This record gives sequence, structure tokens and C-alpha cells, in this order.
Amino acid sequence: MGLSVHLKKKVNGFNLDVTWEIDNELTVLFGYSGAGKSMTLQMIAGLLIPDDGFVRIGSTTMFDGSKRINVPSQQRHLGYVFQDLALFPHMTALDNILYGSNNTGKSERRERAGEMIGAFHLEGLEERYPAELSGGQKQRVAFARALMRKPYALLLDEPFSALDNPLRIEMRRFLIDIKNRFDVPIIFVTHDVTEAYTVADTLIVYSNGKVVQKGKPKDVFDNPASAEVEILVNAKEYKFFMPF
Amino acid sequence: MFDSSVLFSLRLSFQVAAVATFFIIVVGVTVAYFLAQRNFRGKELLDMLFTLPLVLPPTVTGYYLIILFGRNGLIGKPIYAWTGWSIMFTWYAAVLASFVVALPLMIKTTRAAIETVDKNLINASYTSGHSEFETAVRVILPLAKRGIMAGTVLSFARALGEFGATLMLAGNIPGKTDTMPLAIYSLAGSGEWSQANGMVILLTLVSGLFLYFANRYNRTI
Repeated sequence: MGLSVHLKKKVNGFNLDVTWEIDNELTVLFGYSGAGKSMTLQMIAGLLIPDDGFVRIGSTTMFDGSKRINVPSQQRHLGYVFQDLALFPHMTALDNILYGSNNTGKSERRERAGEMIGAFHLEGLEERYPAELSGGQKQRVAFARALMRKPYALLLDEPFSALDNPLRIEMRRFLIDIKNRFDVPIIFVTHDVTEAYTVADTLIVYSNGKVVQKGKPKDVFDNPASAEVEILVNAKEYKFFMPF
Repeated sequence: MFDSSVLFSLRLSFQVAAVATFFIIVVGVTVAYFLAQRNFRGKELLDMLFTLPLVLPPTVTGYYLIILFGRNGLIGKPIYAWTGWSIMFTWYAAVLASFVVALPLMIKTTRAAIETVDKNLINASYTSGHSEFETAVRVILPLAKRGIMAGTVLSFARALGEFGATLMLAGNIPGKTDTMPLAIYSLAGSGEWSQANGMVILLTLVSGLFLYFANRYNRTI
């Protein structure tokens, strides 16, 4: 499958210009806030149109500036988990999950939703509204909704940033578990060093709209390509947080 | 307590306000949606045009409506030539006048309500594969529901009290186009105070009740 992008976009003086390619793996886009990570996700999902470049998922071209191809968001077939989770407050947990698919076959959708509820341990919470769920439960509903339509890729825009530290550590395990179970490329945006180090198969380091380094997390942390990356990964300190 | 002509005015007023409100909901929600969600040239000009009846003297609004829908009006003339029918001095004219005057209340409150819907929720609907129409019906409008309800109640109350534009367009024909506000005007003019008092009290109570509900639906007003 895999995913490759070349994205150019100028907005209010900010200049994004990135090119990278990944396989079916868990890729972390890492960098300070405002480096262009979330913008990259939005452009992959078709929520923001690049000035130029391309987005290819597997063999499908979703966007190509020179060929004037721009597949609408709805048809890109991606799972997206937003920073604030974006659960629909007027729908129950089950309806939120069901809404994750636009499949018209009602029984198929119900069946798939049932699978998702099982996979994310949401049994008994189906009829609750988002306001009646805990932070971790909301998290799981958001992931279930994003995976409902069997997406070509899963895009995660700092979905754990609102959680307390112990829960965040649990969520990392949860993320690795999703990767193993659903075999889908995952692009995970974070500015948390430990999170980046512990979950990534591949790390792509962003700085000010550019990719400054890409590689296995260990390689990036041990051999930062520049002083900038070294400061960013804070190469001496992260080892204290290493859980494994 | 009331004689038959008063009861007629009462029934006509509610009939006019109800029909006008129906069209206000359909047109108002649609216009508000496009004003809130789309960017196009002349958007704010369009908004201003729809809002104008809120600040213009109703007689001026009525005057414009005569220019448009009168027997020699821009739209009224071809209709009259084709069908021999004119909206002037019918109860439909009262509906039209109420519609135009009360529509901005619906557009204003609904647009504001739609604009406060979290953009991420809309994006979440799109990335889940749902079309713009489906997103509007299943996410945006349900979340803007309180604003739409408040707009509906306010519009109905405004339509019920419409006087100036109605007088210009529908006239004040007893037993045909004299809605409550017009009947009150006639009754006061001819010194029939007891009948006028009843209607004034009734209209005040109904309007107060509607404002109470509008505030309950939308605390921001």
C-alpha cells in the first residue's frame, strides 16, 4: 500500500514544502507546534488544498497539482482522528461509530459497528452520549469511528494531547495494538518526544515547514542530522522516559 | 366577548403568520446555510439585502413590494397578464409582507448558530465519506437547532404583528385582509375601545409568550 506526498503550500507567510514516502507502518510526524504537521494531515485528507504537489495512497492519486486531480475528502477513504476528537455531541457512541461509514447497506454497517465496539471494548457504552463518556472512552469511540470504513490510511492529529500522563502511556500501547490488528498505514502527529520515540516505526522530523530528518527513531535520536534536530529530540533526556 | 369580525381577524392573523413562518423556515435556513458555509462574491451584500427589511420602515418595504408585485410591478405585471390574477389586496399579500419583514430574524439567528458549529465536526463528517447535503442535514442543522427554533419563534411573533407592509400590499379590507394589527387600527379609529382592548391584550400576551420561548431556546438573544 504505502503513501507518498509532495506538498507545497503558502499561507500567511508560512511556507510548507515537504516530500516523503512511507510503507504500511506507523509513521510519526514530529516537531514543534506550527511546523506544518497538522497542515500535512489536512492536505492528505483533502480538507486543505495544496498549492502544488501530489498525494498518492497506494496506487491511487488523490491529488496532483500538475494534472489538476483533486479527489474530494469524502472519496479519499481515510480515517481521521482530530485533536479534540470531534465526536458528534448529538449522537450516541454507537451512532458516532455508525456515522464513520457511508456504506448504504444497513446490516453490513451494523455488523461492522459491532466489530468495532468489540475491538475497542465499548460494550455497554453504545447508548451514551460523548458528554457521558470518560476521556479514554471518547478516545476509543473516535478511533472506532475512524476505522469503521476500513480506511486506506489512519491519520491521527495529536489525539492524546488532552489526556493525563498515565493514560497517554496506556494509549501508546493501544496505538501499537491498532497497528498490529488493522494493518493500515498510520500517520501520527505529535510534539511529544517520548511519544514519538516509543511508537514510531519511522520518524519524520518537521521544522518550519520542511522535513529536516527521516529515519528509524533510534537512528534519528542517536544521530541527529543537525543541531536543530538534536535540540528537538533533546537527545540526552529522552532516555529517562524510555519505558522499554 | 368578541364579535365575529374580531374572531375572523384572530384566525386570519394566525393563518397568515403560520404560512409565512413555513416559508421563512424553508428559505431562511437555506439562505443562512449558504451565508454561513460558503464564500462567494457579494455575500455580505446579499446578507444586507435580506436584512434591510429589519431596519427599513415597513411602509418602505411595502412600497418596494408594490413595485415588484403590484399589478404593474416587475413581477406582478407578467403574472397579471398571464393569469389575470394579482396578489394585491388578497390574504396572500399579507403572507408575502409578513414573510419579507420577518425573514431577516430567521436568517440572522440561524446564520449565527450555524457559524458556531465546530469546523472539526464538519470535517469529521466529510472525512467519514458524507456529502455536503448529508453533513448539513445530519450534523450542522441538528447542532444549530436551538438557533433555528429561536429564529422560528421570533419570526412567527414578528409575522403576527406585521402592520405597515401588510397595509401597503394587502390593504385593510374588513373580512378579507384585516389581520389583528390592522383591525386594532380600525377599531381604535372608530372608537370601539372594548373590542380593541381585548385584541391588544391578546396580542401582547401571545407575543410575550413567544419571546419567552425564543429566549429559552436561545439565551444569546
